Amino acid sequence: MELALWTYEGPPHVGAIRIAASMRDVHLVLHAPQGDTYADLLFTMIERENRRPPVTWTTFQARDLGSSTAQMVIDTLEGVCERYHPQVLLVAESCTGELLQDQPGALAKGANLSAPVIPIEMAAYTHKENWGASETFYQLVRGLLAARALKPGETKAPRGADQPPSVNLIGPTKLGFRCRDDVVEVQKLLEQMGVRVNVVAPLNATPRDLLRIPDADANVNLAPEVGDLTCDWLKRQFQQPIISTVPMGWGATRDFIAEVSETLGLDIDVDSVGDSRLPWYSRSVDSTYLTNKRVFIFADGTHAIAAARVARDEMGFEVVGLGTYSRERARDVRALAKEYGLEALITDDYLAVERAVEALQPELVLGTQMERHIAKRLGLPCAVISTPAHVQDYPARYSPQMGFEGCNVLFDTWVHPLIMGLEEHLLTMFRDDFEFNDTAAPSHLGGEGGGSHQPDAVAAVAETTETDEPGAIAWAVSAEKELRKIPFFVRGKARRNTEHFAIENGLSVIDVETLYEAKAHYSR
Amino acid sequence: MTELIARTENANAPEVITERGERAVFCGLTSIIWLHRRIQDAFFLVVGSRTCAHLLQSAAGVMIFAEPRFATAILGERDLAGMADCNEELDRVVSELLARRPDIRRLFLVGSCPSEVIKLDLANAAARLQGDHDNRLRISAFSGSGIETTFTQGEDQCLASMVPDLPTAQDATPRLMVVGTLADIVEEQFRRHFTQLGINEVDFFPAARADDLPAVGPGTRILLAQPYLGDTVGALRKRGAKLISALYPLGIQGTLAWFQAAAAEWGCSAETVQESLAIPIARAQKALSRVRTSLEGKSLQFLPDSQLEIPLARFLSEECGMSLVEVATPYVDQSLMAEELARLAEDVRVVEGADLDSALARVRANRPDLTVCGMGIANPLEAEGLRTKWSIELVFTPIQGFDQVADLAGLFSRPLVRERQLEVGSWS
Repeated sequence: MELALWTYEGPPHVGAIRIAASMRDVHLVLHAPQGDTYADLLFTMIERENRRPPVTWTTFQARDLGSSTAQMVIDTLEGVCERYHPQVLLVAESCTGELLQDQPGALAKGANLSAPVIPIEMAAYTHKENWGASETFYQLVRGLLAARALKPGETKAPRGADQPPSVNLIGPTKLGFRCRDDVVEVQKLLEQMGVRVNVVAPLNATPRDLLRIPDADANVNLAPEVGDLTCDWLKRQFQQPIISTVPMGWGATRDFIAEVSETLGLDIDVDSVGDSRLPWYSRSVDSTYLTNKRVFIFADGTHAIAAARVARDEMGFEVVGLGTYSRERARDVRALAKEYGLEALITDDYLAVERAVEALQPELVLGTQMERHIAKRLGLPCAVISTPAHVQDYPARYSPQMGFEGCNVLFDTWVHPLIMGLEEHLLTMFRDDFEFNDTAAPSHLGGEGGGSHQPDAVAAVAETTETDEPGAIAWAVSAEKELRKIPFFVRGKARRNTEHFAIENGLSVIDVETLYEAKAHYSR
Repeated sequence: MTELIARTENANAPEVITERGERAVFCGLTSIIWLHRRIQDAFFLVVGSRTCAHLLQSAAGVMIFAEPRFATAILGERDLAGMADCNEELDRVVSELLARRPDIRRLFLVGSCPSEVIKLDLANAAARLQGDHDNRLRISAFSGSGIETTFTQGEDQCLASMVPDLPTAQDATPRLMVVGTLADIVEEQFRRHFTQLGINEVDFFPAARADDLPAVGPGTRILLAQPYLGDTVGALRKRGAKLISALYPLGIQGTLAWFQAAAAEWGCSAETVQESLAIPIARAQKALSRVRTSLEGKSLQFLPDSQLEIPLARFLSEECGMSLVEVATPYVDQSLMAEELARLAEDVRVVEGADLDSALARVRANRPDLTVCGMGIANPLEAEGLRTKWSIELVFTPIQGFDQVADLAGLFSRPLVRERQLEVGSWS
């Protein structure tokens, strides 16, 4: 039993719904109690989908238990075939359905339905949403393609001389973070390289499209949380190599181009494919203020790994915390964190993440909707870089995270919550201006995500007062006054550093001298 | 499957048709979202699965920036396989929780589909935990599971679970108990109205504080603020309370009838009530008349969801001039709904239960000007060129009483006004 306030991932059957909702001509029947249908709103409200996910639920109630729930499964399956004529029927259970042990997969297989059935075992009490999406997509692809796999000893036919090189984009789904736009951007990139995109799946694919997957030269594993299992299977069964660089960030996009070129045996100059404004924006003088801003990153594995590289190498931030809720990616994130001199935070406990942010006091939080809560509570700037996300993170505008346009989007999105370089100076200049002070939020933030407005917690003491508590630190009035002259957005850090310095040096009262001693001590 | 199950006593009330099929409704756990705002020192611990936790945060829209006063104890494989003792695990989780939240005065253990299917006895667990934490807070259990409860019924189960804790009234002096969650602002208005009517012995249940438990006894007169509280009424009746049968306080007519029914118990005539409340009534009429123009003559279909459908249909047809195409509601409790049903025209199609696909087919065939439905269905219907109102807003917004009448009508008129106003391509 595990106590959860907010969760990063839904149950595995929500992952199955994501696959069904992403595709065309697939229908999912879920053996689930009344109430589980709330999942519709994830798609129709949060992502503003204009159609209901293609899911029909048995919605059993107490009166059905023990007698008719198995019959409800069969009736539902038959009704769905009659009404929707799906090319493939997926059958699964939600957590409660699983407890009834009606085995809807077996019932469906025996029901002589007009559509081919692929049952999915969810194991709802051990797994979560991304696992469910990955498993469902894998079972679907395997179910459709297993019969066509290469026989032992057989090798994949080489591409015809007149055929353009081609790849599949594997993994993008509904409710994924910016998948809609990432697919477009990556397709553009590949088009520039003369590479044909054979199938994009599951997003907007039909089961018939999945049958064409083996025609491509390689698979791009665009969303490893969903695509890993399937890409591995396709590699084994169809000898399709995996292109595993996720093109998120400037360096990663160039690496992606290089990996595609190498995998497909193309001779392509990376510089000729395209470029982003990110390098110049990052090198322009206004960005100097970004240098070593302390950034905390928590996201799904893919977005956390990509963000760390962009943050350090392309924005010039200092990554002070790195973590993920994707246990499947724990090894990768741990290894990367080590490279950054950090201990990775691998958890799906929102409170543990909150404690980490509170302790690290970063200047920018890059996270999910949950970290947005945390940052808001702590008064820290934040940008959302990963699911789970809110309705506003499914924007109307074109807003990819991948490819060269994705770099531009990342630069803007991450810089926007911060106080801009020039504004930083103006804030200092006009510190005492009545409208332009440290209680007014920066002009462009409109009350959202603003700077650190935490009230200074420690009350000043009279010049010579000492406290009775051992180890307690008191601020002399003069030092407190001096502290207030420091711009508010670094004041919290200055206060903490000074107190830390005082403790380390066994001081009980902080005066102006201590403040500057500490400043000198910590200056970089 | 369609059958006639009941006709109300009143020969003019419409027939109630029952449907069985896929039900697109929330489960009772969703009630926690407004209950935890109402009872401000209570904590709701759902004992369930990851699905329960995910539902709560999805339905709450992850909009609450403070730490919520609800959480889920997620059952894992070890709990189900019997490798961990569920009761020991629950004790551990509760201790953890109470250590974090010393401010909590009442803890609800909330049963879910999985906890009920595995027959985890939460009432027993609550009693045991009460022993461990006796002086600090009260602990009780109720079910919010989808197999037992539909959406607003979660509140019914919650309130019913509190009834045994209500103190016994010292004497049989008549005392009014308004039952059902209301927004603070509505409670304040109602208190002022009751005072105007000379009724000073009024309690609201649930109150904003968990320890604020009204006494109950043979003098207690129950006046329902919400139409879905059948089990709570049953539990209060067992303690001697009597139910005042009335319309629900939605719309001017509903609110007036509600006060009149209560006042009658205090020997106050209907005319006196109308005179005493003349000012708020006039104010409500004036405010409503402005909104009414957008609603008059428009057709309306309810999909089953909040259990408020029948009283709302009465208000929207009688006072706003809308025509009712179909009124579907998750279930009809005749003992609580008879008066409301009798106010609907005899030829209105009233449906109890649901069969989602056929209901949607009827919406598409009828093409009503407005469809009231669950959140998950609203956008797909909008995309088909149909205006909708999501019903969950009706339980999150103060809609009861005279001063909220125009707000209530406004919830329904806004989609129609918007349709006239927008000039950006077609809806579908």
